[in-house]
Formats: sequence, structure tokens, C-alpha cells
Amino acid sequence: MRKLLLLFIVLFTGMVFVGRLFYLQIYDTSAAIQSENNAIKVVYDYPQRGHIYDRNDKLLVSNQPSYDLMAIPREIKPFDTVALCRLLQIEKEELVKALNRARNFSPRLPSPIVPTMSKEEYAFLGEQMRKFEGFYIQKRSLRDYQIDFGANFLGYIQQVNQSMIAKDPYYKSGDLIGRQGVEQQYEEILRGVKGVKRYQKDRFNREIGSFKNGALDTLPVPGKDIQLTIDAELQKYGESLMVNKRGGIVAIDPSTGEILALVAAPNFDPALLVGRERSKNYTLLDQDSIAKPLFDRVLKGQYPPGSPFKALTSLIGLQEGVIDTQERISCRGAYYYGGKKPMGCHQHRSPLAMVNGIAYSCNSYFATVYRRTIDKYDTPQEGIERWGNHLKSFGLGQYLGYDLPVGNRGLVPTKEMYNASYNYPKYRWGTTATISNAIGQGDVLMTPMQMVNFTAAIANKGWYVKPHILKNIKGVDSIPSIYKKKQYTTIDAKHFEPVIEGMNAVYNNPHGTAYTLRVPDIEICGKTGTAENYTKVNGKRMKLTDHSTFVAFAPKENPKIAIAVFVENGYWGSRYGGRIASVMIEKYLKGKVTRKDLENWVLTHSLEEEYAKPYSGEPFLINQ
Amino acid sequence: MNTSRPSVGNFDWVLIVLYLALVAVGWVNIYSASYNADMAMQFTMDNLFVKQLIWIGLGLVLIIFILFLDAKFFERFSSIIYIIALLSLLLLFPFGNTISGATSWYKIGSMTLQPSEFAKVATALALAKYLSDIQTNIKSLKDQFRAFVIIAIPALLIIPQPDPGSALVYAAFFFPLYREGLAAVYLILGFSIVLLFVATLVIGPVYVALIILGLALLLFYRNRKRKPSKRLYIGVVLGCALFAFSVNYIFENVFEQRHRDRFNIVLGKEVDAKSIGYNTAQSEIAIGNGGWFGRGFLEGTQTQGKFVPEQDTDYIFSAVGEEWGFLGSTLVVLLFIALILRVIQRSEKQKNEFSRIYGYSVAGILFVHFAVNIGMVIGLLPTVGIPLPFFSYGGSGLWGFTILLFIFVKLDGNRVNEW
Repeated sequence: MRKLLLLFIVLFTGMVFVGRLFYLQIYDTSAAIQSENNAIKVVYDYPQRGHIYDRNDKLLVSNQPSYDLMAIPREIKPFDTVALCRLLQIEKEELVKALNRARNFSPRLPSPIVPTMSKEEYAFLGEQMRKFEGFYIQKRSLRDYQIDFGANFLGYIQQVNQSMIAKDPYYKSGDLIGRQGVEQQYEEILRGVKGVKRYQKDRFNREIGSFKNGALDTLPVPGKDIQLTIDAELQKYGESLMVNKRGGIVAIDPSTGEILALVAAPNFDPALLVGRERSKNYTLLDQDSIAKPLFDRVLKGQYPPGSPFKALTSLIGLQEGVIDTQERISCRGAYYYGGKKPMGCHQHRSPLAMVNGIAYSCNSYFATVYRRTIDKYDTPQEGIERWGNHLKSFGLGQYLGYDLPVGNRGLVPTKEMYNASYNYPKYRWGTTATISNAIGQGDVLMTPMQMVNFTAAIANKGWYVKPHILKNIKGVDSIPSIYKKKQYTTIDAKHFEPVIEGMNAVYNNPHGTAYTLRVPDIEICGKTGTAENYTKVNGKRMKLTDHSTFVAFAPKENPKIAIAVFVENGYWGSRYGGRIASVMIEKYLKGKVTRKDLENWVLTHSLEEEYAKPYSGEPFLINQ
Repeated sequence: MNTSRPSVGNFDWVLIVLYLALVAVGWVNIYSASYNADMAMQFTMDNLFVKQLIWIGLGLVLIIFILFLDAKFFERFSSIIYIIALLSLLLLFPFGNTISGATSWYKIGSMTLQPSEFAKVATALALAKYLSDIQTNIKSLKDQFRAFVIIAIPALLIIPQPDPGSALVYAAFFFPLYREGLAAVYLILGFSIVLLFVATLVIGPVYVALIILGLALLLFYRNRKRKPSKRLYIGVVLGCALFAFSVNYIFENVFEQRHRDRFNIVLGKEVDAKSIGYNTAQSEIAIGNGGWFGRGFLEGTQTQGKFVPEQDTDYIFSAVGEEWGFLGSTLVVLLFIALILRVIQRSEKQKNEFSRIYGYSVAGILFVHFAVNIGMVIGLLPTVGIPLPFFSYGGSGLWGFTILLFIFVKLDGNRVNEW
């Protein structure tokens, strides 16, 4: 026993030590990370962000140098606060707040104290920096906008926040990231890859050489330039037309799906979201809850399509064989179907066949076609499902799959939806309950982007290419193949002829709803729309002036442009929407506008008064 | 054959090889821990690893010298050696040099010598001499007291340097004493005191007292048929409670904050990696950074960044842990255990009491250094500044341990001549 005591204690100690070593070195892996933070200084080399060009190679977005004042809190030595504040032109409280935030984030890691200073501000500061230990200047590049439009699809860049860092460890505090628009969509292409240099530090935070002789270091990969499908001239023109109006214009090339113009109004100068003022300006834009400049009405706004939908009603009727192009349907000023109130129509010749039905936009005609389509099947459920499938083949009721980060599905009603709302099978519902769908005033909702897409499918007689904004990645010279592939609709090509004729008659028939909007030498096919809409004023549902919508494509043969225009509370379709569509088409196809009368009318008319009505607190009249 | 000059074949080559292995591995780690890229190629005395290499070389000369001395020399002159050691400790007070707060060194030219590293050897010799004396009876309280005085004088001279860590090492002499027949009650008493001490710091004196009371009642109830002495039970409970409360009082009122901090960090009561816990935290990070196979020689980021203070002396094991990983540091632990066990084994084989007691002292001293140093570096024990034998930078330490071990090698090698 006496011989064994020390022996056992030695063996026992050895076992405890090996166990502890196992715990520290194998089981608990936190040490390696801490050591990394401790001993390795990582210096990033930020590559230049890719430039953005328009379809005609006009430079839209480039870079400007910017300077961040960074600080590593634990390395800060006592300094002259007043002097630094004066150099930075900030309040002392602001500096203290930023330093506290940095300290809370990490005493060891660099945090931005004053981000994105301009060259001028930096020049002022650079000389003096060595007086402030623990602070240093990090050079980055910021966006430099060559244009004052297109903010809605360009997006902006901002500093990453904690949740972005958590999501993608590529980003470190103070890094910039693209938000919204193509900046977000093509972030990785534009951004490139930052280079990393690792330095070994000692306990006094001095560099003692490169880590592993630079074996882990990487060179920055510059961001790639991208070319957009946007036509800057057309975009700029569209935005000028939409001044003092709300809504949007979207134009695409039907043969390629390329987005030519994407106007969301009201818009703002993209330069507002650059540099030190970004956050303040963003808040201002974000807090405008009435005009909602940050709400992309073209991509996110969902509206009843109104009369342009009648083209789809016709196409589905023809495909389902419930109507032909010759049959004439009479209209007695309204469509009577046994409901409490007949569906009203306006004064026009009667009876009408398809082409003129479209040209005159006769509600009774399309109600009849829609009803026959649904009733062709044994139950309205089945009819609605067949009808919905046709619509979905036009990209409706689903995300279109374009290359911008925001969007909405729109809505194609389903049998489940109606069953639920009518409490089927306890209560039955019939086709007439959904009759408003015939004229685009029922339950169907579309984004303006979806409207232009179905217009393009009509222009192409049965197919479309998913709309996209990327024309080319420079140096790669390709775009994703999904944006080259034709998506076919469920409608046979031959059925498009009469519908296109009808849409052409909208312009060319003297009684057509857009007869006065013709453009010399261009055969345009279009369809007006007037969409009823409501808002809540003090909790009461109130009808507002109709939205003015318009879809069109041109020329009739080999279409080069399809366009959807949507003007909130613009009243009837040809009033704002039609005028804007006509001059936009002319601008794009001819490069100049001859219908100066239309242009001037739009430029000189404002809807601000109309928008103010619901907020005026006073009774108001609509549709005047 | 000359009895006092045995052939090399009589020396225990296992011990010698283990020694050489530890010194070699230790030097490699001192090289890494003191490595400085700017000076790596300069073979000057400014580089610690160059100095240590010279210490090692001179150490080999010392070894040969010891092995050629007459084995009886150490027994015969142990008292004189002991007195010289005490004098060298005493003379530190007027003539010593102060390095980082402790007056523990003599300065001779550019060299410094730390007598406390040699005093251990002298004390081991003196204790062995005294206990092996035919007149000495370890069972008698008087002789126990005398043995205790032999051990306590150098320790008491070292404490005020101040170097309480080196003084603590003298606890190692408990092992030879126990081996030679010191009553087990000292063992139980010592163990109980340590247990009570730690328990008081962790859960507080009130709970300690209650638990002791509960245990006593339980034990009393179970043994009630044997009519246990009530007085004994009450005495033990009161004694323990008194001890617990006084530990608490001393800890709170007599200890300085830095001492409290050291305990609290190990007991996990405080986590403050910035100031007081910095050493331990950095050392654990360095070791943890090693993983299975380590970062590689001169590749440890913590070690090369010199994040662990004293990493070439007391914290040298952190460099082993980081650069050689779990496998390397386990190997070092095993080398130490092999060395200590071998010393114990050879001690048991000694026919000569002096050699056996001395051997046990060697094993005990090596063990306490090994256990306290590595225990501290891996965060199991409070910060106590004592070197890791053969590893930590420092000539005195290296020589001290070399002399300590090789006197035993010599005594062991002489065993065959004692028949």
C-alpha cells in the first residue's frame, strides 16, 4: 500500500491530464476560432464593383472612391474627441454612440465609425489620422450614377447588417451589399470576390509577418460589368411622362422577353441612396406612406386588369371552341344574367362579332363567351379549372420568373377558392357568380409586368420568353438559358389572328377606343382598360376614380415592343394609359415623337389633385 | 573493478534516454516559443534557445561529473550540501537580484543563478540522510518533527522571496515520508483539509458545516450498536465547521484579491479573460488550437504571436499543445509519467535506505512540478509559478533537475556494489 500511493497518484494525474487535453484540443472546438481572432489580422482588398450599362452600351452606373473611418475599439488610445468630431463634422454624441456600438459588436474587430465619406471629406481627414490611434481609413468604392432615373430596377448598395452577415459569412461588418433591383439580383457578379491577406499578429497587435507565408491569401476577383436590356432613353422618357402620376410603365421586346423600360412612379434619383446621406434619405422615402416611392408598382402592385383581359377571354373561347370569329352577339346596353344587377355596357353598335367586340370593348359579348367557356363543362368547378389553366400558361397567377428580386403572383381564381367562399357543397355556385371575370373586373389580379407578358404572348401568337433585365454579362457573354427559352401557351397560334385584328381595330376602327391615339406609319394593336378601385377612408370603403390601363404592341407584323401602362386613378383607359403607350411606342420605334399633342397633354397633366382627394378629409367627386 | 567507478552498463539507461528525450523536446519548444523571425538566423546569446542550448551542453558536463563522483560522496556530504543550500538562500536577502518582483537570483556576470532550484536537491539529500539514519524512527513524533524541520527551513526561506510556488514544491517530501512509514492519518488529514478547503470556496462554509453534520449523524446512526464516542463525533464536526469558517474568513479577509482571483478562475466562479484570467484563457486557447496533430512547428498562431505570457518558462506546455496537438502533448505527458514511474520503480529496488528515500524524493519533486505546472497550464489548478522540469527555459532549473535526477542515476548505478 505504501509503495503504491505515489504510483497511483501519478497514473491518476496522467489520466486526468490526457482527458483534459482531449477536452481542450478535440472536444471543444471554440479555441481555434478564438485563436484566429486573436492572432490573425485579416486585411481585405475590395475589388471594383462591376459597372452597369444599358442595351445600347450607355454607361448607367459606375463607381466613385469612398472612405470609411474604421476603429478597432480595444486599440483606441485616449484622443481629442473634439478635434476628431470637428474633422469628421459630426456631433460628439454621434461619435460616442458609434464607438459604443463598435465596442458592443467586438472590441477586437474593426467596425465602421463614419462610413462612406467622400473624397473631399477624406482629404480633410487623411493627414490628421495618425493622431488617433485605433482608427484607420478603409477605402471602398461607392456607386456613381450617370443617370437620375431607374432607381426602381437598379437598386442600391448598403452596408451589411448583422442578419446579412449571419446569412452569408462572406460578408464582414462594414462590407457593402447590393439591395433591391439588379444590384441585389446580380450581387455576386457585380461584386466580384474580395481578396484576403492574413497577417500574423503578436500579443501587442503588431504584425509579425504574413500568415503561413501567404498560402491562404487570395487576390481580389474584380466584379464583372453587366449590360441591361433597358433602353435608357426610353426609360428616361417614360419616367418623364409619369411625373405627377402614380403607376407604372413596362415595355418588353416580345421576341426576346427583354425588358426595355420599367418605370415605376413616383420614382427618385438613385444618387439619393449613396454615401452618408443614404440612410437618412432611405428613411424619408420609406416613410412616405402615401406616395410609396419604394413600392414598385410595376412588379409588386396587383390590380384587376380590366378590359385588356377581354383579349384572353376571346382566346380561351376560341381554343375551347365555344365561339367562332363570325358569330355575332347582341348587346342591349347591358348583360342580363339573372343577377341583382345586370352587367352594364356602353353605347355601341349591336350585334358584334369578335373583332369589333374587342374594338368596342362590349361587355355583353365577353360575358357570353366566358359563360359558354365555363358552362362547356359539367360543373362550374371543372370549367373554372380549365379556364384557369389557360390563364396560367400566360404566366398569370404565379411568379413570372424574371430576374429582379421583388414581385407578386397576381391571382387566378381556382375552384377551391370559390368553393371556400361559397361554402360548397352546402351552397352551390354557378358561372354567373364569377361573371365579372369575363371583363377583367372579377377576381383576377395581375401585376403590370404580367399584363405586358400576356400582351407579348399575344403579339407572338402563342409564346413568350420570360421577361428579364440582364442582356449580357461582360466577359462571360451569356445569360441564363431560361431567358432564351420560349414558353408556349395553351392557345393554338391560329386563334390569335382575330384577337390581334380586334386589338388593331381598337386603333384603326373609327369607333375603336384608341382611334385618336394612332401613330403615323406604325400599326399598333392595343386594348384600353378602365379598372374600378376602392380605398378606405376613415374605415369606410370608398370608390375612387378608375385606374387607367392600357396594353399594346407594335408593329402588328414582327412586333418589336409590347407595353403595359397603368396609371392610378387616371380614369378611362385611353386618357392616360393610351396616350402614354402611343408615345412610348413611337419613341422606341422611331427614336422621336411626332404626336407632340399626346406628349404635351401627358406632360402637362398632373393627378396630384386626384391623389390628394381621399386625404383631404372633405367629400369628393370621382371620375370627372 | 573499482567499486566507486562502475562501468556505464550499470546505469539505468531507460532513465537517461527519457531524460535526453525530455530535454530535447523541451529545447525544440523553447526554440519555437522564443522564435523571432528577425533573429532566427543569428546564433547569439540574445536568443533564448541559444542560451538554453549552452545550459544543456554544460548540463551534460555536470552529468559526467556527477557520474564520476564516488557514490558515497552524496550521503557523506549531504549535511554540508544542505547547509550550503540554506546559506545560499539566506544570502539572497542581502545580495540577491530582483527579477520581476522576486529576489530569487544571484547575478554572476551576465548569468543568473536561482539557488531555490538547487535547494530541493540539498533538502532531498538531507532528508534521505536523516531518515536512513539507524537512530531515526519515523513513527516517533520527535523524529517526525525533525524531518519536518529539515523540509520546512528551505521552504520558509523561499516564501518571502516571494516565491510561494517553489516553496509549495516542498510538499513533495510527503511522499518519501509516507513511503518510509509516516502514519496514514497524516494522509487522511491532509486530504480532508484540501477537500474542506475547496468545498468551502465552492459552496460556502454554511453548507459545508451542514453536510459534515449530516454525514456525522448518518455515520453515528449506522454505528450506534458499537456505541461510538459522542465526543469524538462532536469534536470532528465542530473542528470541520471551525476550519470551514476560518478558511472562508481567511479567504475573504487575509488573502489579497489576486489570490482570490486565482482560485476563483479555476473553480469556474469568475470568467475574466481580459485581466486576471488572461494567462489561463490564452493558454487554453493555444492548447485548444492544437487539435489532434497540432499546428506544426513554428506554426502555432498563439505561440508565435506570444499571446501566452511566460510561454518559454512556466507556460511552455501551451506551445507543446498548440504546435504538436493532442498527440504531441499526450506524448509529453506520457514521457513524464514514464520517467516518474521509472524513478519509483528503481527506488523500490534499492537495498540502501538512503538511495530509496532519495529516489522517492526525486519522484515526488518531479511529480509535483509536473502536476502543478501542467495542471495550471491546462486550467485545472490555480496559477502557481513553478517550472516544468527539463522544458521551461532557465539554466538553474535545468541544472537543478539534472543534478537531482543524475544523483539518483549514480546512486542507482552503484546499487550492485552494495552487497
